[in-house]
Amino acid sequence: MHGPILILVEHLKGEIADITYEMLGIGRKLADDLKVPLHSIVFGKDGESIASHLGSADLVFALNNPQMDIPSPDVASNILKSLIEQKAYSLVLIGGTNVSTGIGPKLSFRSSLPFINFCKNIFVKDGIVCFTSQLFGGKILSDISVRGNGGIISIYPGSFPSSAGKSDKKPPIEILDIPLEETKVVFKQYIEPEAGDVDITKQDVLVSVGRGISNADNIAMAEELATILGGAVCASRPVIDQGWLPLSRQVGKSGMTVKPKLYFSLGVSGAPEHTEGMKDSGLILAINTDPNAPIFSVAHYGICADLFDIIPPLTEKLKT
Amino acid sequence: MDIVVFLKMVPDVIEELSIADTGKSLDTQFLRMKLNDPDDYSLEEALILKEKYGGTVTVVAMEASEVDEVLYTALAKGADRIVKIPGDWTNIQAPGIAKLLASYFSSTNHQLGTDTLVLLGSQAIDDLEGEVAPYLSEILGTPYIGVITGISLDAEKKKVNVIKEFAGGLRGEFELPLPAVIGIQAAEKPPRYVPVAKVRSIMKTAKIDIVDIIPPDIAPAISIEKMFIPEVGGKAKMLEGPPEQISSQVIELLKEIGIIRR
Amino acid sequence: MDPIQIKILGIPGIILFWVITVIAFGLFVRRIITLIKLLMCAKPEYRFDNLGKRILSVFTFVLGQKRLLHEYVIGVAHFLIFWGFLLFAGTFGWNLLKWLFPFLPFPYADDVGILRIFFLLFSFLVILSLLVATIRRIFFPPAHLQKTADAYIIITLISLVVLTTFFGLGFRAIAVGHEEASLNPADNFLFSVFSCVSENSASGLFLLMMWMHQIVVLGFLAYLPYSKHLHLLASPFNVFFANTDRVNSLDIKGSKEETTSGASRWDEFTWRQLLNSYACAECGRCDRVCPALTSGFKLSPREIIHHLKEHILEAGFKSNGNKKPSDKVIRPLIGGIVSEKELWACTTCLSCMDRCPVLNEHIPLIVNMRRYLVSQGTIDNTLQDVLTKMGRYGNSMGQSDRMRAKWTQGLDFKITDARKEPVEYLWFVGDYASYDSRIQDITRRTAKIFEKVGLNFGILYEGEKNSGNDIRRVGEEGLFDILKEKNLQAINQSKFQHIITTDPHTYNTLRNEYILNGEAKRNIGIMHYTELFDQLIRNGRIKLNKKINLTITYHDPCYLGRYNGIYDAPRRVLEAIGTKLIEMPRNRAKSYCCGAGGGRIWMEDEPGIKERPAESRVREAVSLAGVQALVVACPKDIVMFQDALKTTGKEGKVGIKDISDLVYEAIY
Repeated sequence: MHGPILILVEHLKGEIADITYEMLGIGRKLADDLKVPLHSIVFGKDGESIASHLGSADLVFALNNPQMDIPSPDVASNILKSLIEQKAYSLVLIGGTNVSTGIGPKLSFRSSLPFINFCKNIFVKDGIVCFTSQLFGGKILSDISVRGNGGIISIYPGSFPSSAGKSDKKPPIEILDIPLEETKVVFKQYIEPEAGDVDITKQDVLVSVGRGISNADNIAMAEELATILGGAVCASRPVIDQGWLPLSRQVGKSGMTVKPKLYFSLGVSGAPEHTEGMKDSGLILAINTDPNAPIFSVAHYGICADLFDIIPPLTEKLKT
Repeated sequence: MDIVVFLKMVPDVIEELSIADTGKSLDTQFLRMKLNDPDDYSLEEALILKEKYGGTVTVVAMEASEVDEVLYTALAKGADRIVKIPGDWTNIQAPGIAKLLASYFSSTNHQLGTDTLVLLGSQAIDDLEGEVAPYLSEILGTPYIGVITGISLDAEKKKVNVIKEFAGGLRGEFELPLPAVIGIQAAEKPPRYVPVAKVRSIMKTAKIDIVDIIPPDIAPAISIEKMFIPEVGGKAKMLEGPPEQISSQVIELLKEIGIIRR
Repeated sequence: MDPIQIKILGIPGIILFWVITVIAFGLFVRRIITLIKLLMCAKPEYRFDNLGKRILSVFTFVLGQKRLLHEYVIGVAHFLIFWGFLLFAGTFGWNLLKWLFPFLPFPYADDVGILRIFFLLFSFLVILSLLVATIRRIFFPPAHLQKTADAYIIITLISLVVLTTFFGLGFRAIAVGHEEASLNPADNFLFSVFSCVSENSASGLFLLMMWMHQIVVLGFLAYLPYSKHLHLLASPFNVFFANTDRVNSLDIKGSKEETTSGASRWDEFTWRQLLNSYACAECGRCDRVCPALTSGFKLSPREIIHHLKEHILEAGFKSNGNKKPSDKVIRPLIGGIVSEKELWACTTCLSCMDRCPVLNEHIPLIVNMRRYLVSQGTIDNTLQDVLTKMGRYGNSMGQSDRMRAKWTQGLDFKITDARKEPVEYLWFVGDYASYDSRIQDITRRTAKIFEKVGLNFGILYEGEKNSGNDIRRVGEEGLFDILKEKNLQAINQSKFQHIITTDPHTYNTLRNEYILNGEAKRNIGIMHYTELFDQLIRNGRIKLNKKINLTITYHDPCYLGRYNGIYDAPRRVLEAIGTKLIEMPRNRAKSYCCGAGGGRIWMEDEPGIKERPAESRVREAVSLAGVQALVVACPKDIVMFQDALKTTGKEGKVGIKDISDLVYEAIY
């Protein structure tokens, strides 16, 4: 007998994160397959209004408390734990994001449910729920079975379509009124990204550079191509960490999520942390010397070559 | 400040990974281990903190191939003490690692004090059962926060101020009291370089402290049924030919989606 | 008319002269002792071997002034001044003895007839040369000539030395009297020129000239070691103790301790490295050929040497030649006097060392300071990334070391693993040739050439690591040692007779810095592939089927040419396959660096440089009428020049070809 499913809603600064809809989408499907209810829970001062957008769920719990805008893993896992005890949830879905980091393991430690990380797929086979996780930076996939057929699942962003989780319905909302324990980890303030630089989320064309660009000098080549195509240059984490481009140009988990018409990726291997930020782009063109680079499983068109062989002649041709 | 850094070795993904005959684990024959990237940053952050506020840096790692070199390198970079927990830890997962590391504090005279800061990489590429840091904080009963890119100590040296990354370049500032367990995403600057000769001379003179800890008895909660290499290149249509020809094909595509006219 | 027997202001001349001499020599000796004491505090370096060679090089470079003659006009002038100086200095010593000890039983030098001829001759030649030098300095100064007051002081002093001699001889001729036509043409000449001087005043004027001469020379002596003209005293020793045969190696012979952490303070350098700075005449020849400086990088080899001297004067002198000075008040050498940027800009092309008239050794000095920077971890991010990759994977690309021989997959034959089967030729392929997708085709072509001629060759597969030539020049000595150990391990596992290398950088370190078959046989059996091609063509094993109808120019790689003197083998190959070679203005020893060496290929260029070395070189090649291809013999050149063709917009003007490409065409 499978218990109901709970989804921890994620939102940042009043905006519902994509991952929430991804989880609602897959959660809805699983709930229908298993014939169990789908619940979700929202923390934060606008909990109730956010809850009203989550029509895919059968019931939404809202805990209106500004302290929980950025949920402390300790406090959040305690609330979730008591909810699991009350409602006997078998599956709890949590976003595999920076915002939610730590909640899953803590909840697993406090409850009896195991935790599964990097989950890319969940499906029901012969009445049993199965999971697929990616490991080693996306180089390996593992099918996983769980003792007791339930668990706390961290969903890798970008694994499921978010559209499936969107619904115009107004879900029933239950306000939770639980006195909050005091958290030792105190949120002080947001630090906004530095303004003044190009906003890569608003570009139609992005030329993205990764490790394969070799050194900072070569970024000029990408800049030239981007200028000709009327766009801007962005990058994956290694390039940002080297200080070759500002933080505002980072695409991926800690950086921006972008959806340009054209995403032209140069020497980006395509680690999952990067692809989650660009996989929904209109046309993805990727150049990489490694035919096995994971970027080719996200790109629409791939070129297995040295970018230095391709880009200069292409740029020349585009100029004329 | 008493800074403890836990380092973990993970498979090097530069090398081709292959699956063992059982289909359930990696083939260890060709596996090469390297230090988990965020762990390298957590060591760097620890050294930066030591330089800023004084104190000691203790580096603890579980036995793994090539871990000795990593430990000696940490010492050469400026750590004060290096500790290895011997054993075969191939199949241990995050909850077990957390127990093991917690036992380090209970089974040695290195006690968790009011000035202890425990740093770990925020995440590892093989953290299938979740990150070690939150588990460890559960066992130690300390506050925890992850995905941190900067730490500073307050004037009374009782609290730390940390910067956490969210998404889209947005970051947040938090404060938490010591002792604490923190998951590091990146340090304020890239890990420092330490010349090979320095590491080598330290290898000759320094000793790794061996701390024996009885393996925790944790039954695995999840099991891997099948491991496989994802089909890559499955999606992309590959453009081939000499650069000239590829250029023309690219330009055609750009025309199709209206990025360039004509 | 004995100059020492007169009284000046009532004081006997001899007493006065003794006082002046003691003061002058006191100043001179005091300075010299401190300078030598400082050298003695520095690190040891064994430079006492090959005595024959050392003496020979003093003849060539000091007495023969070989390197000065590279710049012809000033070279000849300097040659004459130098020899004049030897004459005047020698006879000064002679006269000095006689002045101080009048009882000695030999005449004054100017009383020797034959010497008077030489005095006269060199008076003219030296004055003429000084005129040339002055005019050059004022009106036609070459680039990077340091125009200091020092130079004019010296020119004035030398002029005074010569003029007092000339006039002294003239007055002497009149004073002594000229009874009949002398056999000495100098006397005849002087007598006629100075005939207008009355006999009465002549002897007084002669004594005045003699005293002036002695005082000027003694002043000169006291002043010398305090000025840049210390080079006069130091350069013969500098030449004698120069690295006579192994400028291509960074080994420090006889070094007693670890050298991996480099030098940042005067007493951390070797004594020979400090001596460089004493010997420098600030002529700027090094600057004029430096590719980094020409490109607008913040580096001047002359200033590096000069700044070291400045540092010695500041820090070393303050410590009075004692070690461990309190460095608090002293400007640090690195970061204070010499900037990090300067040190990183060097491409180690060897041009400066190849040109330096006094055989200064700039590169070991720069690398020694780089070692210090590496030991402190203060290195550029890109370079740090490369060093980390190199340490882990043995290549700068950060690719798996197991994939090193992946390029061989494109061949239809299998290359022998030299570790498993004995071969005649062991091919050390190198990083760029193995991993860089732009080079791999050329590497495969080279392999096909070897295969076609039936060469019994093999490679080390994943046993090969980067040879470490450039890692060593970056200053990561410890990493170089590890790479060397690993390579030697693989090489020693293999049975072979010769080693072939693709990369001249590899060639250099294998040949000069690895000890392959024991020290004595170090140089045996290491060949660059162009040397092998040359040999195979000459003994008929490579059969050329086709004439390559191309007009080409050839770029001498620094590490093949200047470092190892291989200029002819590649040219013979190019001739044999039928290409028409047009030389670039900067060819052979004057070849202009592509900018990749010394680890520069792994570093970022500073913003705002004028023109990268490779761009300058590509323009030079393109400017030659009719040249269709710039031919190279180094994988790094391919990368650098192909890139430079793009950045200069000269694509299509010339092709960049490797010698292997052309040989391949000629035989397939």
